[in-house]
Amino acid sequence: MTVRKNQATLTTDEKRRFVAALLELKRSGRYDEFVTTHNAFILGDTDNGERTGHRSPSFLPWHRRFLLEFERALQSVDASVTLPYWDWTADRSVRSSLWGPDFLGGNGRARDGRVGDGPFSAASGDWPINVRVDGRTFLRRSLGSAVRELPTRAEVDSVLAMATYDMAPWNSASEGFRNHLEGWRGVNLHNRVHVWVGGQMATGVSPNDPVFWLHHAFIDKLWAEWQRRHPGSGYVPAAGTPNVVDLNEPMKPWNDVTPADLLDHTAHYTFDTDA
Amino acid sequence: MPELSRRRALTAAAALAATAGATSVVASGAAADANAAPAQDPTGHDHGHASPAPFDEVYKGRRIQGRPVAGGGHQHHGGGYAVFVDGAELHVMRNADGTWISVVSHYDPVPTPRAAARAAVDELQGAELVPFPAN
Repeated sequence: MTVRKNQATLTTDEKRRFVAALLELKRSGRYDEFVTTHNAFILGDTDNGERTGHRSPSFLPWHRRFLLEFERALQSVDASVTLPYWDWTADRSVRSSLWGPDFLGGNGRARDGRVGDGPFSAASGDWPINVRVDGRTFLRRSLGSAVRELPTRAEVDSVLAMATYDMAPWNSASEGFRNHLEGWRGVNLHNRVHVWVGGQMATGVSPNDPVFWLHHAFIDKLWAEWQRRHPGSGYVPAAGTPNVVDLNEPMKPWNDVTPADLLDHTAHYTFDTDA
Repeated sequence: MPELSRRRALTAAAALAATAGATSVVASGAAADANAAPAQDPTGHDHGHASPAPFDEVYKGRRIQGRPVAGGGHQHHGGGYAVFVDGAELHVMRNADGTWISVVSHYDPVPTPRAAARAAVDELQGAELVPFPAN
């Protein structure tokens, strides 16, 4: 059974295997297919039109499935690997072991944002940025420069306290848990972390930075925590909503899975904290 | 990649054509945003917002332009508004509350399309934009 662990608790061997599996997916070309898919949805999801991956109720189940696909790809390389999560309320410094040279590598340099160490630095030769929106082919970061602080646990708790999953108009203007977690409203959790990391993570091709998966694995965990706090609250809308994925409606690009199929994460994995 | 070059050439040509029609706006510069008393959305769709005024300026050494576009096809999620950096189209999108984002700054809304163009120039640090729909 897949157990998703806090990245801060990984052993040296677990980090090594995770990195090696990422590099193999990159080498084989499969990694970049995930970046392409994400960017296509980023460009296509609009507040007044069809919206599936972002700015909509299906933001959470869509990314849950997207991460499952990615985790299965990693496991096809090394069956022992699972997606770790990054609790950015706890590991909120540039000096976190997350950014160590044995794991994701550190901040970009001031001049051009280029990440200079770790397995994903341009110098390693193993991590070309192929799916991109500009001419730069090297991984970039500017940790904590565009926004100074990552969200705090108190801010997370204020969002987890919201009992309604989502609300009309089911987009970036909505009140409710989903949009506050996504960050278009209120204290801003998910969006702010993308901005805090900077570089490709702040763009539509954000999965170019492997931290994308650790960030979204934590967002996914917060959804599970919210469900535990609000057992009487379910995914909405239930049916008949134009441009929006209802509870039992299939989701693109897979078309074989509905939000209802993805509400219970324990069918696919558990967290180290589930106990 | 001949296809890409052709696309870039077409985009640049479109930008030039737009410039010809926007000469008066060039002069007004920063006033354009303040003026945002804009034209009807030329797509005919009611997005709940009128389209912002065009702009055309050199920001940090790069030409940024924005204008309402006709057709508003699938790509123009700005609700019928297009933004260019040195002639290459920057994918922008308007949020329900009237704020804007672009593909190079997708999680950080700013008040106007000009602000999104300037944020893109800041983010690009001189790099060339890959014109969408290539991206």
